[in-house]
Amino acid sequence: MRALEPWVEAPLQAFLAESSARLTLLMTSSGQVVAQHGFGRSLDIMTAAALGAGIVASTEELARLMGGSRFEALMHQGSRQSCMLSAFSTPRGRWIALVVFGPETSVGIVRLFFDDMVRQLASAAPREPARQTPLLAQDFEHELDASLNALLGR
Amino acid sequence: MSTVAAGLDRVTRVPGVRGALIASSADGLVVAEQLMDGVDGRAVAALAGSLIARLARTAHGAGLRPPVFVHLRGDDGSILAAPGADGLVLLAVVGREANVGLARLEMLAAAGRLA
Repeated sequence: MRALEPWVEAPLQAFLAESSARLTLLMTSSGQVVAQHGFGRSLDIMTAAALGAGIVASTEELARLMGGSRFEALMHQGSRQSCMLSAFSTPRGRWIALVVFGPETSVGIVRLFFDDMVRQLASAAPREPARQTPLLAQDFEHELDASLNALLGR
Repeated sequence: MSTVAAGLDRVTRVPGVRGALIASSADGLVVAEQLMDGVDGRAVAALAGSLIARLARTAHGAGLRPPVFVHLRGDDGSILAAPGADGLVLLAVVGREANVGLARLEMLAAAGRLA
């Protein structure tokens, strides 16, 4: 498990221990990865984050068109592994979680401990707002590489 | 009243029973519930459903038939579980003072009608 911000580690570690999730990706609603567990390649992280953020954006727009509130979670049930995509609010803004799990656990267990993690993240988040630095085009690739290296423990 | 609701109703009428629910043991999700305030049915379904599924796998691995009734006893009460057909399981949350014998009879009867 790797996290870019230390306060994310304990709630995520507890979730992983209780839920037996195989892969987990926490990201902002724009697809910027905050923490990951189980991914081995930076390309996989970037692809999963981009697809996950895109799916959540699509479903939220669908919900808006249907006149309802946002969907809480999207579940994909497979024979060998399943996937949960869920957006949630944190003191640092709206985040997205992508969780992949197998038959060694269940949807109910993953949802139960996921909700616990969301509560723990809300209480663990630093009270001061995140430092906003202007993102310059010439710095983008360097910062992306640095984040991916940190997430992969390099 | 449906068969499911009638079964839950009979179980929750037993003295000391704080709530009963039907869960899918594979998913750990609630199918139907009748619970007192303060009983978290979602947590019971997820955790007890997982336990029942594991017990069934353990029994199968040992060459035994799956359990027909499970009594998980704690300091302040118990969780009772009666697996039914189609991966459904009838669960009850009972206090220490509950009539567990009567609850067991009602649960086995209700679980037999689950389909």
